[in-house]
Amino acid sequence: MTLVQLSRVTPGVSDWFFQSLSSPFIAAAGDSRLERLPIIARDLLTSRLPEPWRWWLNSLLAILVVLFGFAILFALLTLVERKVLGRVQNRPGPNRTGLPFTKLRLFGLGQPLADGIKMLTKEDIVPRSADKLLHFLAPVALLAFSILTFAVLPFGRNLVPVELDAGILYFFAAGAGTELAVFMAGWASRNKYSLLAAMRALAQLISYELPLLLSFVPVIMMAGTLSTTGVVEAQAGWKFGFIPHWHVLTPWGFAAFVIFMVSALAESNRSPFDLPEAESELIAGHLTEYSGFKYALFFMAEYFGMCALSAMAVTLFLGGWRAPLPFLEIVPSYVWFALKLFALLFGFIWIRATFPRLRIDQLTRFAWKFLVPMALINLGTAAFWSLTCNWSGPLQLARWAIALALVAGPFVVMGRKLSRDYAPRTYRYA
Amino acid sequence: MSIAFLIIALVTLGSAAVAMSLRNLIHSALLLIASWAGIAAFYLWAGAEFVAFAQLLVYVGAVSMVVLFAVLLTRQSRVDMAIAPDALRRIVAALLAGGATLGVLFGAVVSAPLPIAASATPVTVSVRQMGQELMGTHAAALLIVGALLTVALLGAIILASTGREDPPGVAPPAVAPPTRKTS
Repeated sequence: MTLVQLSRVTPGVSDWFFQSLSSPFIAAAGDSRLERLPIIARDLLTSRLPEPWRWWLNSLLAILVVLFGFAILFALLTLVERKVLGRVQNRPGPNRTGLPFTKLRLFGLGQPLADGIKMLTKEDIVPRSADKLLHFLAPVALLAFSILTFAVLPFGRNLVPVELDAGILYFFAAGAGTELAVFMAGWASRNKYSLLAAMRALAQLISYELPLLLSFVPVIMMAGTLSTTGVVEAQAGWKFGFIPHWHVLTPWGFAAFVIFMVSALAESNRSPFDLPEAESELIAGHLTEYSGFKYALFFMAEYFGMCALSAMAVTLFLGGWRAPLPFLEIVPSYVWFALKLFALLFGFIWIRATFPRLRIDQLTRFAWKFLVPMALINLGTAAFWSLTCNWSGPLQLARWAIALALVAGPFVVMGRKLSRDYAPRTYRYA
Repeated sequence: MSIAFLIIALVTLGSAAVAMSLRNLIHSALLLIASWAGIAAFYLWAGAEFVAFAQLLVYVGAVSMVVLFAVLLTRQSRVDMAIAPDALRRIVAALLAGGATLGVLFGAVVSAPLPIAASATPVTVSVRQMGQELMGTHAAALLIVGALLTVALLGAIILASTGREDPPGVAPPAVAPPTRKTS
């Protein structure tokens, strides 16, 4: 068996790209009219058309809905972030800008619109000695790669834009392109601060790519599939009728979830890992020579990356679009997905408001000496969990105890060892 | 032979060819990465989804970074950037290395037993099967590839670190900033 044959997992690749929203209905408990609302709405629009056209329009609709949905989410998220940051820091945040052409102020709801207009009308400055083509391509590539990752996320029951058998792999393969874009931005600016910051950003992105990739391997091991819908399927059901079978509620799943979220913070350049765009030390890093709309594109890509990674964390660990309790299944699946996504995004913002920024040596040491070994040990924990899946009775308790010890033991030992020379810290001038 | 295949082939070979002819090493590296992405597109076209995404993840995500770091760390000044095939020794070495690689690859491709009669229904392979194949039948190949990549990485580090060997206690010579041509 050759490798190429081995991975021949889909019937037709020609239609893999636009195979949108067309998976057959699964007759399940939550198959109510509300649940099928997006598909009913789509069919109202396209059911009259002949077959090839209908398929094209369905695909186009899926793309448009995902793009506009996340663009609006991006706009609102900037406002929410500033409001929450303001609340944490005991100030009101933006509250002056109202809705256009009205007297309504609504806590500054018009702020994203004003920001957008400001960004669009700013002058676009390109340094004279910059590599013009790469300077232009960098934000475009970054945004394109981060939009590509949305394609395989299951937003709800039957709501997957593209159903891929290697969906999770696709997600991370598309995300890997962002590093290239950061390098292009730093190098094309022909500015030593930009180049230095870009190299630093690359070091960070590569370092945290490893724990990010290692942390979801246990999930694939347990679910036995690389498709995103398959992973959500594996988390169906409740234990004792009220504890959902989410991966985060197992010892290995909890450890993997925490490692995943920390790495996701670093991968999306969010505080406390926002060294690449360190405003104070590296004058905004690889963004120094960008202004106006290109700068906005970089930020859009950052927020998109944050949303995509959070959505992936929801899918992998938090049960995807599944309801936490059986009687809550009357609420449609996409609402549950959105709620979980918002909760994680709020966590991101909260962390940004709370933690100070790390230094580059602390950052890389944390990745290589703590997160990567923890993720590797967690792989062993998951293997143990998978091998002992038919233990029952008192053995079940032993299974939990051993798995918890396998997670907590290395955490304590490595944490102590890592911080031996560095903690507790004394701040002389602070 | 479809139009999609022709486009993929054109992009892959074209970007590789242009990468060889460019003087700017960074542009060459980026075009090389585009060529790798083209190969991934070819795998996708051929129906090998897993290999295609793995190719993207490994080459566009990781190996590209090794290449770019190597280029930036080994070139000390911009004068060093332009490499002309001036020396005869260089041409001979390049031809020898290229020829050897071509010979090995060609020999492997020609002598590999490929089942010609592909079944009409595509095989569905589970992750478990894939893992068993990779860890059992093809374990040696996987290990060799891993060792090769590690050696390449170490080589890049050695190349980068031997460039500036200052004797201890002596301040490094002040290097004039590279002059830029402003057009």
